[in-house]
Amino acid sequence: MKKYNSEHEWITVDGDIASIGLSAYAVQQLGDITFVELPEIGATADKDESIAFIESVKAASDIYIPIGGEVVEANEELEDRPELLNEAAEGTWIMKIKVADMSELDFLMDEAAYNAYTETL
Amino acid sequence: MPYTPHTPNDVQKMLSEIGIKDESELFATIPADLRAKSFDLDEGLSEFEVFDNFAKFAKQNDTSKVCFLGGGYYDHIIPTAVDALSMRSEFYTAYTPYQAEASQGTLQALYEYQSMICELTGMEATNASMYDGGTAMAEAALMAIRICRKRKKIIVDSGVNPIYIKIVQTYLAYHDLEVIVLDVKGDGTDIKSLLSMIDDTVAGYIFQNPNFFGSIGDYTEIIKALHEVGALAIMSAYPIALGILKSAGEMDADIYCGDGQSLGNYLGFGGPSFGILATKQKYIRNLPGRIVGITDDMNGKRSYVLTLQAREQHIRRDKATSNICSNQNLMALRATIFMSLLGKEGFSKLSTQNYNNASYLKEELSKIDSVCIYNQNPTFNEFVIELPICSAEFVSQMEKRGFFAGLKLDTVYDDFDNRVLVSVTEKRTKTHMDEFVIAVKEIV
Amino acid sequence: MSITLFEKSQTGRTGINIPKQSVADAPTLDSAFLRATKASLPEVSEFDVVRHFTQLSNKNFSIDANFYPLGSCTMKYNPKVQERVAGLDGLANLHPHHITNNQTDSMQGSLKSLKVLEDNLCEVTGMQAFTMTPQAGAHGEMLGIMMIGAYHKKKGNNKRYVIVPDSSHGTNPATAAMVDYDVITVKSGPNGDMDLEAFKEAMSDEVAAVMMTVPNTLGLFNPQIKKICDIAHSYDALMYYDGANMNAILGVLRPGDIGFDVIHLNLHKTFATPHGGGGPGAGPVGVGERLQEFLPDLQVGFSEDVGYFLKEPSEGSIGKISPFFGNYMVLVKALVYMQTLGKEGMINVSKKAVLNANYVLARLRGHYDVPFDTLCMHECVLSADSLTKEHGVRAMDIAKYLLDFGLHAPTVYFPLIVKESIMIEPTETENIDTIDYFCDKMIDASNLARSNPEAFKEYPKTLPICRPDETKAARSLNIRWQ
Repeated sequence: MKKYNSEHEWITVDGDIASIGLSAYAVQQLGDITFVELPEIGATADKDESIAFIESVKAASDIYIPIGGEVVEANEELEDRPELLNEAAEGTWIMKIKVADMSELDFLMDEAAYNAYTETL
Repeated sequence: MPYTPHTPNDVQKMLSEIGIKDESELFATIPADLRAKSFDLDEGLSEFEVFDNFAKFAKQNDTSKVCFLGGGYYDHIIPTAVDALSMRSEFYTAYTPYQAEASQGTLQALYEYQSMICELTGMEATNASMYDGGTAMAEAALMAIRICRKRKKIIVDSGVNPIYIKIVQTYLAYHDLEVIVLDVKGDGTDIKSLLSMIDDTVAGYIFQNPNFFGSIGDYTEIIKALHEVGALAIMSAYPIALGILKSAGEMDADIYCGDGQSLGNYLGFGGPSFGILATKQKYIRNLPGRIVGITDDMNGKRSYVLTLQAREQHIRRDKATSNICSNQNLMALRATIFMSLLGKEGFSKLSTQNYNNASYLKEELSKIDSVCIYNQNPTFNEFVIELPICSAEFVSQMEKRGFFAGLKLDTVYDDFDNRVLVSVTEKRTKTHMDEFVIAVKEIV
Repeated sequence: MSITLFEKSQTGRTGINIPKQSVADAPTLDSAFLRATKASLPEVSEFDVVRHFTQLSNKNFSIDANFYPLGSCTMKYNPKVQERVAGLDGLANLHPHHITNNQTDSMQGSLKSLKVLEDNLCEVTGMQAFTMTPQAGAHGEMLGIMMIGAYHKKKGNNKRYVIVPDSSHGTNPATAAMVDYDVITVKSGPNGDMDLEAFKEAMSDEVAAVMMTVPNTLGLFNPQIKKICDIAHSYDALMYYDGANMNAILGVLRPGDIGFDVIHLNLHKTFATPHGGGGPGAGPVGVGERLQEFLPDLQVGFSEDVGYFLKEPSEGSIGKISPFFGNYMVLVKALVYMQTLGKEGMINVSKKAVLNANYVLARLRGHYDVPFDTLCMHECVLSADSLTKEHGVRAMDIAKYLLDFGLHAPTVYFPLIVKESIMIEPTETENIDTIDYFCDKMIDASNLARSNPEAFKEYPKTLPICRPDETKAARSLNIRWQ
């Protein structure tokens, strides 16, 4: 099931590996994405820590991971084609993380709750 | 009233459009108790009277002596075209080029500036100028700290301009960082003790080549050692020296910083000059300041625009790479014109002449028995002399003979009582130098 | 054409005849020290250079040729006498290391000019001392916050935050971060001033400073300002005055009188020094009693015996932020301007600046949204929000339209708290004819937005380029000729 945090990252989990991306709402707010700084493979981070960075013409933003763990994969295609995020934000993962503690998922919003949240912004 | 064109008629018309009776109503929101308690200034003067005031100031300064002062600020030639072009009011009175359509002149000139600085320094990316060489160095140190996340140590070489060192220390004092300044032991870098300090806690090492004593070094071994532990090499250099000396890129330095005064800018009592900051492509997002790039417009025409603005304060606010907004654009423009006029061959030739002239004077002074050359290493266009008398006495005696003889090093270093930094540019002739040698002989 | 000088380069051309070398060549340096190949600067003649840069200059707007109603930027006329003064040999060619050498005899004139300027700025702002070392407004801000940091450190205060209103310039929060403070942003109230209740809530013993722009970036004067100063001081937080909008209150109000501890001025704005296409500026910083001991290195003193001299920095000095006296020649130009204006001239500056801004507001009301509709100070903020919602015409479209009529665009999309904001600062040096022309074109634009919104897509039509692709510029970076 897809979940979201309040910093507009989405997460899907397959076994103990979580894919993390940016919500369509966030990408729309940022406008044309021009650059994605990917995290290093093997880096570990806690929930809500910033380990990647995204830039558009008019804005820049850290990517705060919604769940703690170790980075096992980064979507290198984004280095050359950041526009993939504009084309399909919800379907383009940025990094994959080996989850340390599955219970952290409980703190995240489901799609309906997230949509309701963005309505308030 | 000067510089306000309003006739009484205009004022009346404007007030009635606004719907008020008197100009004083415009300030009605400012309570009486907050009004200025005093505003005791002189009466206004005509431009002619003001000019005379400043002509008097200018006369009370001394620019009449033959100048051998350097130390980061040099008396170089400035071709007339630099003034003529940079003073065109289309450049001079323009605003920051945020509206690309109305600023293609400034933007293209900056793109060319960036291109020329990259050629000169051997680096891949640069910005559209910083304030000066010292603040550029401080920003370079902050860049290194950002790039090497979690590392907190900056090492500064003993040969770095001591004024720049103070600026770096001031900028970094508010952060949880360690700035280690190496002790001066002779005119060069103490490579051995430096190598023993380089480990994976170091974010960056700052050096200057030629250094403040004028000495040239080879830093390749140090830079290799830095890179082995993931630390950055920050090189400061006087741009004219880069005409012949190894560039920052050739040394594999990660960041170049320097002062651009010598590229077509007046001494002006220290400002405005401008700062150069350049780096490798992979660090470009950590670079502060404005950057110009090429793109197409909606009709496919080549266009110049400010780019990567998401790094800057007006967008990123407290997450920006720096708070810099106004830079030294006009001085960078002067440098661009200066470098264009000199060109590939001219720049190299100018640089070589600086080296040859200074070498001549150094050689002639070394022949005087009681004068020693402090430098053990080769030098570029300045060097340190050791005198049998104190430097204050020497400088003032030389001034009486028509020379600004150099920089008294005891004002910036301990135990440097008898040492003076002497600089020679392409503007000094053999006659100047021979007379300088005669004057020195008389004094010592 | 937008061809670079590199493309015009021809091997063998040069633009300079360097003076002949009068000494013999020295022995060549070891190749380990030398660069392998010469720097590939363009090879062009002097005439090539002159024509190239003259043609480039013709692609610029400038204050001498165009009206620049740029809010927050104070683009006023720069009197020509400044340049004649700046060309004086005794000023332009004075070597700064006379300072290091402490050869005060060689620089009495410049030291005096600095002292006169300091005295003038103190009287204008009500501060007690000024440092001339900051090279731009943001540099001055950084210095101001550093001195505040030194003050708290000396007192043993544990402070972590700097408060800024959400209408502040981006340099304010960026500055706080450079001095390692965290930023608390306080929202604006319905009348455009910083919300007093929200401010009180944000205040605590951990707040080091409050940075205020007065009048603020909406062009509004906050009558509660004294109260804010008093509240901040009750927590031993210091008040920072961002002088970007000093033009509005020259001779009317002095930040020092109402309790501000530190202030920077933008001489290139208020005191009319040319902006040079982005710099140089100058950002002298004035301090009150609390911060005097922390002033950076290089202050000028005067005594009857020795004349003008360089003061020893005090023990608490924060150190150095510039090698010497900042952008000295810019300081000179500002002093020229101040002497030309004098007391009455300066009081007249703010009067006419505010008159012009209110005239613009009065003429454009009804054609654009006015988010805070009251008398303004030196600038007014309008909004194209309705035009955007109803006709799809954005503030940027209005901006690009104006360019075709020889008018520089107003500041758009700042302050951030106003949607589709259009911020207009006419300055006092523009006459009513120019302002009327601008207002007419603004009204034309708003009418066109209603009748034919599609038309905007093609503006500007008469300039060298139209709507460059900024996304492409950032995605496929080309920042140097290769």
